[in-house]
Amino acid sequence: MSQSTPHGADFEAMLRLALHPVDPPDALKMRVETTLQEITDAAVDELESWEIGAMRDPRNWVRPLVAGTAGATAGTALVILRVRAQRKKHAAASKGPLDLARRTLRAAAGEARQLARRS
Amino acid sequence: MDSPHKARLDKDFSDLYRVHLRDVYSYAYYRIGNHHDAEDLTEQTFLQAYRHFERAQAESDGRPLRPWLIRIAHNLAANLYRDRSRRPQTPIDDTTVLRTMHTTEDLVEGRDELARIIEAIKQLPEERREALIMRFALGMDNREIARAMGKTDGATKVLLHRAIKQLEGIVKPS
Repeated sequence: MSQSTPHGADFEAMLRLALHPVDPPDALKMRVETTLQEITDAAVDELESWEIGAMRDPRNWVRPLVAGTAGATAGTALVILRVRAQRKKHAAASKGPLDLARRTLRAAAGEARQLARRS
Repeated sequence: MDSPHKARLDKDFSDLYRVHLRDVYSYAYYRIGNHHDAEDLTEQTFLQAYRHFERAQAESDGRPLRPWLIRIAHNLAANLYRDRSRRPQTPIDDTTVLRTMHTTEDLVEGRDELARIIEAIKQLPEERREALIMRFALGMDNREIARAMGKTDGATKVLLHRAIKQLEGIVKPS
């Protein structure tokens, strides 16, 4: 690039000074590190406290879902696979669609709790 | 995710964060033009990077992840501009740049020229301005810039060449 003009190298040197790297403030370092730590902790906590009672209310479905996505993406896939496998057993034993839904949610919560303990 | 794997991922991410925090912040600052928004953009970039880190690492095939990180910042900055499109933004707060970075005595003589360069950068099309930020503020090579901007190496070389020529034309009209 510096061969573009006779004074190209000088100009690029000036450009380097003009676009000098900017050091981030210390407060930002603290802020980013704290936020990342909080996300990891919150993901584990949310999954730990994922009670089946609260999950009956659809308004409570969003937070654990977000926590699960942030903290255990690969783990979530594992939970789904395991719950799907268990669902077949539950379908045979259930007394109706509501009972099946309850059993499936309970199984999902159990798998998520196990995963959170392991991570 | 098993614990040793997660621990290694977290360590790798933490290394990435330490090595490239200044790059992301510098990019954000020159792109957005003020420290406040640059801090927010930097934080958001690392949060988003953390969410997708495992996949990015797997797909990187050993290549550096800096272009990927800067691409995240680029996309977030574009969203920020879109959201604020009704409110005009100053691309670079040159008074802050000059006040905070260029007041040492050895730079006093060049201050006028630096001010002209910063003023001229504002007049460049966004893509050219961005390529210059990556090259000169972050020290990225053509290949890295190409990956960050989703272009070929050749197209990036041409883009940088034209950006510098245009800038020179503005700063030093013949």
